[in-house]
Amino acid sequence: MITSGKGGVGKTTSSAAISSGLAMHGHKTAVIDFDIGLRNLDLIMNCERRVVYDFVNVINGEATLHQALIRDKRCDNLYILPASQTRDKDALTKEGVEKVLAELAADGFEFIICDSPAGIEHGAFMALYFADEAIVVANPEVSSVRDSDRILGILQSKSRRAENGERVAEHLLLSRYNAERVERGEMLGVEDVEEILATKLLGVIPECESVLKASNQGLPVIHDAQSRAGQAYKDAVARLLGNDVEQRFLTPEHKGFFQRLFRRSA
Amino acid sequence: MTFFDYFANKKPTTASLAKERLQIIVAHERNLRNQPDYLPALQKEIMEVICRYVDVNVDDVDVQLDKNGNCSVLELNVTLPNTRN
Ligand SMILES: Nc1ncnc2c1ncn2[C@@H]1O[C@H](COP(=O)(O)OP(=O)(O)OP(=O)(O)O)[C@@H](O)[C@H]1O
Ligand SMILES: [Mg+2]
Repeated sequence: MITSGKGGVGKTTSSAAISSGLAMHGHKTAVIDFDIGLRNLDLIMNCERRVVYDFVNVINGEATLHQALIRDKRCDNLYILPASQTRDKDALTKEGVEKVLAELAADGFEFIICDSPAGIEHGAFMALYFADEAIVVANPEVSSVRDSDRILGILQSKSRRAENGERVAEHLLLSRYNAERVERGEMLGVEDVEEILATKLLGVIPECESVLKASNQGLPVIHDAQSRAGQAYKDAVARLLGNDVEQRFLTPEHKGFFQRLFRRSA
Repeated sequence: MTFFDYFANKKPTTASLAKERLQIIVAHERNLRNQPDYLPALQKEIMEVICRYVDVNVDDVDVQLDKNGNCSVLELNVTLPNTRN
């Protein structure tokens, strides 16, 4: 599941990119929008006009899972379960969510990515309760890091795994990273955030113009192989799948010799 | 500020300030998270007992549970009002 506490840090962008990446590796993947009332994943994945039934319809037995799942046009193994636009968050029940997750697993889905809403209320709780692994998206900024720590606390105390005395595997995804500003001492660096949260780093996604362009077109940014953000998500997916990929995008890009000389003497 | 200091740029960066503030608040909040469920009730009852004997405010009583390795220490700090004995 993909969570953050704080809003607008890049959960949906990451859910779209990571689920697409897993499917591109050949894994049968479902991505579920838990942001009831404020669905957005459908837009980012460019399937907003194909939504007929949603997550809540399936929970309430108004549609079957197969009727509600939308097949991604770009990746064969990827299916999207959109959020309801009309209900409120309480429409999600523990039993209902559990039933849908179990049905997906029985259907051969290897990965089920849950895109959490912001906050620590019911919707976010439903998205994290059944998680085996959690990707905590943070921005290098004080309120986001603090909220990430709160979410990590909730994961390790309130999730089903926690109730059974087990741990949810945690991954830190540091997004909207600006290496230039980190170098100037204006932004928390990746080591700082890792140290404060004491969570294993999955990857650093640079602040990148390609993300907005991707969302304009409804093309998850991982498909933009030229972009830094796209490449960073590719690396992160490979790491999730257990590959040892070196971290990139931690230092400013194309810094010429003269610029470097200038900075050093400044 | 000397001429040299100007170039050495001794001022802490805003990022290092952010880190320091985060480390403090996160440690504080983790402490609160890890406190046992009975602590608020315990604090309340201790308060009531103290109030029976001395006239103190809620703010004058501080009950804290600190973890030190594998043992916990219940720390009770009461600021007594100025009394004329
Ligand atoms: N790496 C990035 N570089 C630049 N912009 C980004 C990056 N990641 C996300 N954004 C932008 O940040 C905004 C919020 O992203 P997104 O919708 O993914 O966040 P969210 O955490 O899902 O938000 P919410 O809490 O509202 O669900 C979007 O406008 C997106 O384009
Ligand atoms: Mg979102």
